[in-house]
Amino acid sequence: MSDDDLHAGPHGFWTRYVWSQDHKVIAIQYGLTAIAIGLVALVLSNLMRLQLGFPGAFAFIDPASYYQYVTMHGMIMVVYLLTALFLGGFGNYLIPLMVGARDMVFPFLNMLSYWIYLLAVLVLVASFFVPGGPTGAGWTLYPPQAILPGTPGTEWGIVLMLVSLVIFIVAATMGGLNYVTTVLQARTHGMTLLRMPLTVWGIFVASILALFAFPALFVSGVMMLCDKLLGTSFFMPAIVSMGQPLAHAGGSPVLFQHLFWFFGHPEVYIVALPAFGIISDLISTHARKNIFGYRMMVWAIVAIGGLSFVVWAHHMYVSGMNPYFGYFFATTTLIIAVPTAIKVYNWTLTLWRGDIHLTVPMLFAIGFISTFVIGGLTGLFLGNVSVDIPLSDTYFVVAHFHMVMGVSPVLAVFGGLYHWYPKITGRLLDERLGKLHFWVTFLGTYAIYMPMHYLGFLGMPRRYYAYEGYEFIPASAQDLNAFITVAALVVGVVQLVFLFNLAWSLRHGRHAGANPWGATTLEWQTPDTPPRHGNWGAALPEVHRWAYDYSVPGAARDFIPQNVPQEAGVGAEGPAWEGHA
Amino acid sequence: MALAIALVVIVVATVVFHFASPWWFTPIASNWGLLDDTILITLAITGAVFVAVNLFIAVAIVRFRHRAGHRAAFEPENRRLEGRLTLLTTAGIVAMLAPGLYVYSQMIAAPADAAQVEVLGQQWQWRFRFAGTDGRLGRTDVRHVSADNPFGLNADDPHGRDDVLVASPELHLPLDRPVTLLLRSHDVLHNFYVPQFRVKMDLVPGLVSRFWLTPTRAGRFEILCAELCGLAHYNMRGHVVVEDEAAFRAWLAAQPTFAAVR
Repeated sequence: MSDDDLHAGPHGFWTRYVWSQDHKVIAIQYGLTAIAIGLVALVLSNLMRLQLGFPGAFAFIDPASYYQYVTMHGMIMVVYLLTALFLGGFGNYLIPLMVGARDMVFPFLNMLSYWIYLLAVLVLVASFFVPGGPTGAGWTLYPPQAILPGTPGTEWGIVLMLVSLVIFIVAATMGGLNYVTTVLQARTHGMTLLRMPLTVWGIFVASILALFAFPALFVSGVMMLCDKLLGTSFFMPAIVSMGQPLAHAGGSPVLFQHLFWFFGHPEVYIVALPAFGIISDLISTHARKNIFGYRMMVWAIVAIGGLSFVVWAHHMYVSGMNPYFGYFFATTTLIIAVPTAIKVYNWTLTLWRGDIHLTVPMLFAIGFISTFVIGGLTGLFLGNVSVDIPLSDTYFVVAHFHMVMGVSPVLAVFGGLYHWYPKITGRLLDERLGKLHFWVTFLGTYAIYMPMHYLGFLGMPRRYYAYEGYEFIPASAQDLNAFITVAALVVGVVQLVFLFNLAWSLRHGRHAGANPWGATTLEWQTPDTPPRHGNWGAALPEVHRWAYDYSVPGAARDFIPQNVPQEAGVGAEGPAWEGHA
Repeated sequence: MALAIALVVIVVATVVFHFASPWWFTPIASNWGLLDDTILITLAITGAVFVAVNLFIAVAIVRFRHRAGHRAAFEPENRRLEGRLTLLTTAGIVAMLAPGLYVYSQMIAAPADAAQVEVLGQQWQWRFRFAGTDGRLGRTDVRHVSADNPFGLNADDPHGRDDVLVASPELHLPLDRPVTLLLRSHDVLHNFYVPQFRVKMDLVPGLVSRFWLTPTRAGRFEILCAELCGLAHYNMRGHVVVEDEAAFRAWLAAQPTFAAVR
């Protein structure tokens, strides 16, 4: 095959858009699938809120379906939406373009990764249609209840959930190996690791975390399937269930929790690190200013990634594990706050003395900082073992994790989509609709979650179908729950505006040109927009500088793309650690 | 500009909400007042950071929003500033972690004279067991569980015969006497939670978990399950009655022993 053929790419519809090995097409496939299943999760959350805000008003929401909504909403959001969208979607689209590669290093594996992911999603969706419905064990799937009568979906639902997760992990492993190898092996000439945009750093480290963390979920899923289907006792001690003694003996439910959270906590950062990276690049680009403390930002990502493997049991302070673990996990957990705080400082210091363009991506980026800060700060309550004990399993936890790994990553997703949509489609998303979407989402999520912390202080337990007849809960708490539900419905509905915008702007959006935001990174320097198969035409770009030469003193324009040679950037004084050959 | 105003409004609204909120901790009924203090320290420190960061962003937006001819500064890094912020953050972390761990060290060290009470959870009800006159709880095993032996007591263990079994989901505890709760479950995970006591702990089949407290306020408080345990999780109700020693003794004497119910 000649070089020309390689860049021309496949011609037929099926090879081009369906069985595609082009990272950009695969990214869009990943993205659309993730958004589609994410909509299911959004609807489920609104159904939950209907029950909580107006208990009993909707007869079809019985306790079984309520717990099924809770479970499926959580699992979809964390795994099938956010993980898939950040790594499979953003990672796939941006890594080759940002490091100056023609594609992922293993394009066939990349294609396989998507189709296996789709299979995992379909198996998950199938669980809505099997006898007994999907599992209602909570997204944490704690045994023994996950596989015992008394919990919804313990016949088929839990089996399909575990099978789907195992399939998902196969897909995520294929993707992760690809992303990591591409970053390590396929960077273009001049693209040193410390010249990579922080988006790539975030996705790169998150992919490494995924490769190390998902196996723990994989084995726990396989073991629980064995417990359920073959009668083994990995997680099952001797039990009398509903008056019936079971054949299990000797297993440990707490072992499952250790395995689950050994995956589950790094998972938080598998979602957060790509968001950190994207936000860094959005802030820098739209404030026309270099990211403040780039090297510190890189080391913070690496440090957070490393530390995320030694904090898992802070999810288990009241699990009955050895209480002395509490000292260790509280200490590691609060240490992780230091590199995380550094990231927040550096974002805000990037804004300081910037030239802030309040574009839609920038609105979402700043919204991210605000919501991430509150979510991160409440984590200091829950990470600090003794403080966690009164708050554990209350609405304070719900408010915390939604702010820190629901709302803020989703705001990063939105910011990223408004930012890169012009590269993907050649057209800008509509700005007025974008602003409407931002304001309702940002203010709405504050209205939902800020008061929710106080229901947690009050002591309202989470995962309750109803709160009737509990004397310690004042009647006013129900009014607040109704208010939160209304806010959640409004935020839910406004997402339709975003979907409409995505579809409408495809044909009617303003033409973007190659580089509408005046950005320095390589994906904006492609010869074609949207980039064609092979990305770079005849010759790969050559990188001469870091990703953040914004408003360089003496330069004619307020940005110098990474592929502009040093001597062309007149008077440029890059960061001190960059060689000026 | 609207965003700067919105951030200021969010900060003001949050602070106002905090002080006006009718939703707050229930009045404490145990010795863990130190926990409430640690939460307040944490709230003060994190609240200050929340206000500071949001206001800083608001000011930055107002001062450095795009205007024609305006250009951003070029400042790749500032090691001194980054170092100071790291130190300041570390100090804040220590200020929260140190009292937190101090309180925790007390929470996991029950006093030697603490009484022991067993809490047994099963879908979806609570049972309780006190040691009898011999002061020792009898041995149990899931294999012995049956309709007439819901605790799974070993009938051959003499220590179990005088154990006091509380079949109703109402536990009585004496005021101002430290007590260790030993938690067991025969089926799935549960969590013994009394909001006014502040402490909570999972019940795990296959092991005995525990926590201790001293009830400091007489009254009748609700017991909740705080670990999703199936369909009726939200309805796994119980009560704990804290009363003076004499009333407690009278109540306890009225409960049957294992030997009596066999």
